[in-house]
Amino acid sequence: MNATPRNPATLNGRPDFEAIAAWIRPGSTVLDLGCGDGSLLAYLAEKVQVTGYGIEISDSNVLACVRNGVNVIQSDLDRGLAGFDAGSFDYVILSQTLQAMRNTEAIVQEMLRVGREGIVTFPNFGHWESRMQNLLGRMPVSDSLPYQWYDTPNIHLCTVKDFKAFCTTHAVRITDSLVLHRGRPVSILPNLLGSLAVFRFERAS
Amino acid sequence: MNREGHGNFVGAVKPQSMHFDQPLSFRSGTMLREYDLAYETYGTLNADGSNAVLVCHALNASHHVAGWYENEPDNIGWWDNMIGPGKPLDTRHFFVIGVNNLGGCFGSTGPATLNPETGKPYGSSFPVVTVQDWVEAQTRLADRLGIKRFAAVMGGSLGAMQALQWTISHPERVANAVVVAAAPKLSAQNIAFNEVARQAITTDPDFHGGDFYEHGVVPKRGLRLARMIGHITYLSDDAMMEKFGRTLRSGSINYHFDVDFEVESYLRHQGDKFAEYFDANTYLLITRALDYFDPARDSGDNLTSAMAAATARFLVVSFTSDWRFSPERSREIVKALLDNRRHVSYAEVDAPHGHDAFLLEDPRYHALVRSFFEQVHARL
Repeated sequence: MNATPRNPATLNGRPDFEAIAAWIRPGSTVLDLGCGDGSLLAYLAEKVQVTGYGIEISDSNVLACVRNGVNVIQSDLDRGLAGFDAGSFDYVILSQTLQAMRNTEAIVQEMLRVGREGIVTFPNFGHWESRMQNLLGRMPVSDSLPYQWYDTPNIHLCTVKDFKAFCTTHAVRITDSLVLHRGRPVSILPNLLGSLAVFRFERAS
Repeated sequence: MNREGHGNFVGAVKPQSMHFDQPLSFRSGTMLREYDLAYETYGTLNADGSNAVLVCHALNASHHVAGWYENEPDNIGWWDNMIGPGKPLDTRHFFVIGVNNLGGCFGSTGPATLNPETGKPYGSSFPVVTVQDWVEAQTRLADRLGIKRFAAVMGGSLGAMQALQWTISHPERVANAVVVAAAPKLSAQNIAFNEVARQAITTDPDFHGGDFYEHGVVPKRGLRLARMIGHITYLSDDAMMEKFGRTLRSGSINYHFDVDFEVESYLRHQGDKFAEYFDANTYLLITRALDYFDPARDSGDNLTSAMAAATARFLVVSFTSDWRFSPERSREIVKALLDNRRHVSYAEVDAPHGHDAFLLEDPRYHALVRSFFEQVHARL
């Protein structure tokens, strides 16, 4: 049984992994929501010596984590993080999962209840390829959105701009962000030219 | 169980016994001056003694974990689907030990054993044993076998409780723990079921206060009932409905109180079988050990504090249809480990069989255990 890759676009260079690792203090504690096969946690354990746990709902991903020696807790994120105490982790990460959550608002609030900081990565729906395909009358399909409309798990897609607006209205302060395309940071017109967004945030006091 | 078509097997095994003449003190304040432990081993202990895995048994099982006996080819170990060459717990890599707990009725010193001081069976005078006492006895067996530290301690149900206790009492001697279908302590409902089972036994006129051996009788009616009530709690409602439904034995209703429904026939059969081989006092002792198990009790009822001592890496597995030790109970264990930042993975297997699922061959469950042990092996 092979674990489903989170996103084929990031499997080689894993630019979002590198960005996340650069933000994380060595030796801290990390909870990775929707951790897939545990490759991010394995990466962070090696690069910045985190103590990490993943949360996964899928049987095959839980098995892949056990096989990869990554701590994993089988649980449904849409039921929240009820088993986790407030402030019990340094970082709570939601990598390429935000767009597939049913209760998007609730999970972001839960991230900031359980973690001191939150990190999300998501495919940028504002990328020009998506806009173009939409303009031509089709739902976007790309490297970072490799699904057809009828089989996509992504039910809450957003753009870089949308996420920033969401943070403003939900008492979330963005402390760092990075938009990537094909593994390279995009600084000019990121909402148009970037396909993968990485945000770091905390509670707005 | 079927010996054909399931890959490789441990094969014919021989039960062994070890005598201990150093007294063992029990939590209850009593002690045994000497005792025997029946055990079996599979695989080979490596040169540095680092590949040993202790498999702890649950209520009605024994040290006969895998393989079969030369003269009893149908007497197959209770976890034979899990343990063997190429099985999830692979005996080509690990030296696996099964041990019958004290108070048992399969070869270790128990209530039916002759008390050397009186020349009569211990019967009602056998010490009330706890999970801690069992673990202490197991450490002595480990000492004698030259095992300083287990690669893993593993068990399901009451066996999982022993694995948990090992990680708390002797953290330096357990590298990994596999905790399946467990609970950190029994609920009031769990204790209630045990009490009904014990009442069935102790109110049987053949029980004679636990000293029935000298009367040449066995409280079989009590044992049958105890087994029947226990068996109901091991299965899920769905599993029973699936297996028996409302099927009638003779195809029609007979308006009597003898067996009409298949499920009645099944329970009676299970009860009869059990009463033939199981010791009534052992049943009382083991259900009591279950009731008393509560590692948090010594830590102000705080499981997180209790588990702080544990350093092992854990695999915790529960089954969705297990209402006896439900997934929520396993999550309590996982939370205590998380609070202590211990290595733990937790899987909730969607299996329909209830508590008994831990003994069955579910591919997802077995794949998890296999992968976990591959990691254990890689770290040896």
